[in-house]
Amino acid sequence: MAQIRVEALDKSFGTFHAVKAVSFVVEDGQFLCLLGPSGCGKTTTLRMIAGLELPTAGTIRLGGEDVTMNRASARDIAFVFQLFALYPHMSVRRNIAFPLKCEGIGAAERERRVIEAARILRISHLLDKSVSGLAGGDRQRVALGRAIVRKPKCFLMDEPLGALDTEMREAMIHELRALHDRLGATTVYVTHDQMEAMAMADMIAVMNDGVVEQVGSPRDIYDRPASLFVADFIGSPPMNFLPFRGNLEAGAQTIRLGEREVAVPAAREALAEGDLVLGVRPEHVRFADRGMVRGQVYGSEYLGTTQIVTVTTRYGALKVRSPSSMSFRIGDNVGLDFRPDTLSIFDKASGRAIRTALYEGGAHG
Amino acid sequence: MTSANTAHSVVEPSTGTRRLAGSIVVLYAIITMIPLVWIMLTAFKSPDDAISYPPKVTFKPSLEGFCNLFTTRSRQTPDFIRSLGPPQGLCDSIARSRNMVVAGPSNYAPRFVNSLIIAFGSTVLAVALGTLAAYGFSRFRVPLKGDLLFFILSTRMMPPIAVAIPIYLMYRTVGLSDTRLGMILLYTSVNVSLAVWLLKGFIDEIPREYEEAAMVDGYTRFQAFVKVVLPQATTGIAATAIFCLIFAWNEYAFAVLLTSGNAQTAPPFIPIIIGEGGQDWPAVAAGTTLFVVPIVVFTVLLRKHLLRGITFGAVRK
Repeated sequence: MAQIRVEALDKSFGTFHAVKAVSFVVEDGQFLCLLGPSGCGKTTTLRMIAGLELPTAGTIRLGGEDVTMNRASARDIAFVFQLFALYPHMSVRRNIAFPLKCEGIGAAERERRVIEAARILRISHLLDKSVSGLAGGDRQRVALGRAIVRKPKCFLMDEPLGALDTEMREAMIHELRALHDRLGATTVYVTHDQMEAMAMADMIAVMNDGVVEQVGSPRDIYDRPASLFVADFIGSPPMNFLPFRGNLEAGAQTIRLGEREVAVPAAREALAEGDLVLGVRPEHVRFADRGMVRGQVYGSEYLGTTQIVTVTTRYGALKVRSPSSMSFRIGDNVGLDFRPDTLSIFDKASGRAIRTALYEGGAHG
Repeated sequence: MTSANTAHSVVEPSTGTRRLAGSIVVLYAIITMIPLVWIMLTAFKSPDDAISYPPKVTFKPSLEGFCNLFTTRSRQTPDFIRSLGPPQGLCDSIARSRNMVVAGPSNYAPRFVNSLIIAFGSTVLAVALGTLAAYGFSRFRVPLKGDLLFFILSTRMMPPIAVAIPIYLMYRTVGLSDTRLGMILLYTSVNVSLAVWLLKGFIDEIPREYEEAAMVDGYTRFQAFVKVVLPQATTGIAATAIFCLIFAWNEYAFAVLLTSGNAQTAPPFIPIIIGEGGQDWPAVAAGTTLFVVPIVVFTVLLRKHLLRGITFGAVRK
């Protein structure tokens, strides 16, 4: 296993600039998710680490060694594809043994390692079956078997659960994480599904439009989003945004939202008058009769233990996560309060989060 | 799915429809087969039966056509024939009954061998080149890819014979006239455009993840191509090979123009037989019948692939 260090990676396809100066480090044994909407460059980044695409600029180091221009086969990595890429003309056993055969390992050793991999993945009973008859989850286990059988420097996975149904996907999320904990393999995992990323990753790199917006632990990304994009992309429903105009002094603990003073985490930088955005998670909004923002209930979504209530205000529609025991009627006049220590402030023009007390201690992308 | 356990189905034809469709297919097959069957029957007729009117469907089979196909004969006086020893085999005795003796073997066998070498040689070459080119077009960012593919296809936009004169002059200059190599190159160049287009379709259908997985697992691209892509493209390769072979095997116009002796193939040779000692239809029919055999054998051997091949692109597994 090895550390992966990606520095200033760039990739253009003709005039299309797919990946722009991407840098991150995956420590030995860490599980990193590349998360972002489709077309954000996450798969291209992964394919460059694998050697399936060559970067236009930048370097990739595996375990300290510069492999930027090496062939895929010379990198000692394992890649799991979304569509599994199992060879339909081979049995499960031959599929799993395939990478060992490529390396020229003898038949006895191959057999021993295939059996071991099959035992770890609990697919020993399938070894002599043809892969074309397998269910989705089993196919993915075979694809994982082909990855782990070789003991590579790292695992690269491109939306490996994307082709599975919801139920199987949930089961595989736990299996994958358990497998990672057992093998301690450095893993880069590409997904557009934030729940997958949150549930599995040690670190998440959020990408948008070819740029890494933020790298951090799932908690960092959720609680301390580095940009408007991250705040909007992560969380379901996403963060509420309240645009306002104002300036900030270093150390300021309030902002002016309309006629009201709103307490916020102490600012750590000064900002001239401009368009700003206050960000608040739905679960950090609570109903208060004398709250600072007033509005009408527009509708609610029942989710079991909680409900998402949409309230129309002068700042736009705000989503509130409240206990499902509370009941509302559409059109009710309500007041809303925010939990001061959890608020984020963004510069509207650049989308960047303003440094405040909230962001201290957490990694800041 | 059968119609038996389906109350009403919009995709399953009713029994009546199916019978009607079946009858049409069978009828069409029979009509198509008649000329072929007639040729095969004629091959076993005597020259008199072959031209009798009304045409005979039942007749006494004779091997005279095949004998005349494979031999040359010379006319002799009955006295001279009587002075010879006993006839040398079946063909000699048939010839003597017509006041002739066998003078030697005909050119049919060497022409047939030429056909085999040229047709199979050009098929192998066209499919090999086509597979490599199709793989390149399918997998790599080739500059001007669209224009190149159109250019390759454009060579099929006129009958090949339209360029016969320039090719004839060119071949005469470089010394490829009446050589097997020349004919192989010519048929290859005609077939390769078909092969590229057909095979590109097949290879496009093979997910590139297969070879990428193999490359990550330690294969070079070429190894991945040989060990992963080719096995999955066998259907397409077989179908393409049959199309190429049929063209090269049956080609007549270029063969007439560019070959006369050494490299002459069977198609221009068979009609020449007519001229040797009257209109020898049984010999022509025998030559045609034998000529059909290799292509039938090849197609039967590959028919499983062909049936899957002609539905290419229709099903995504």
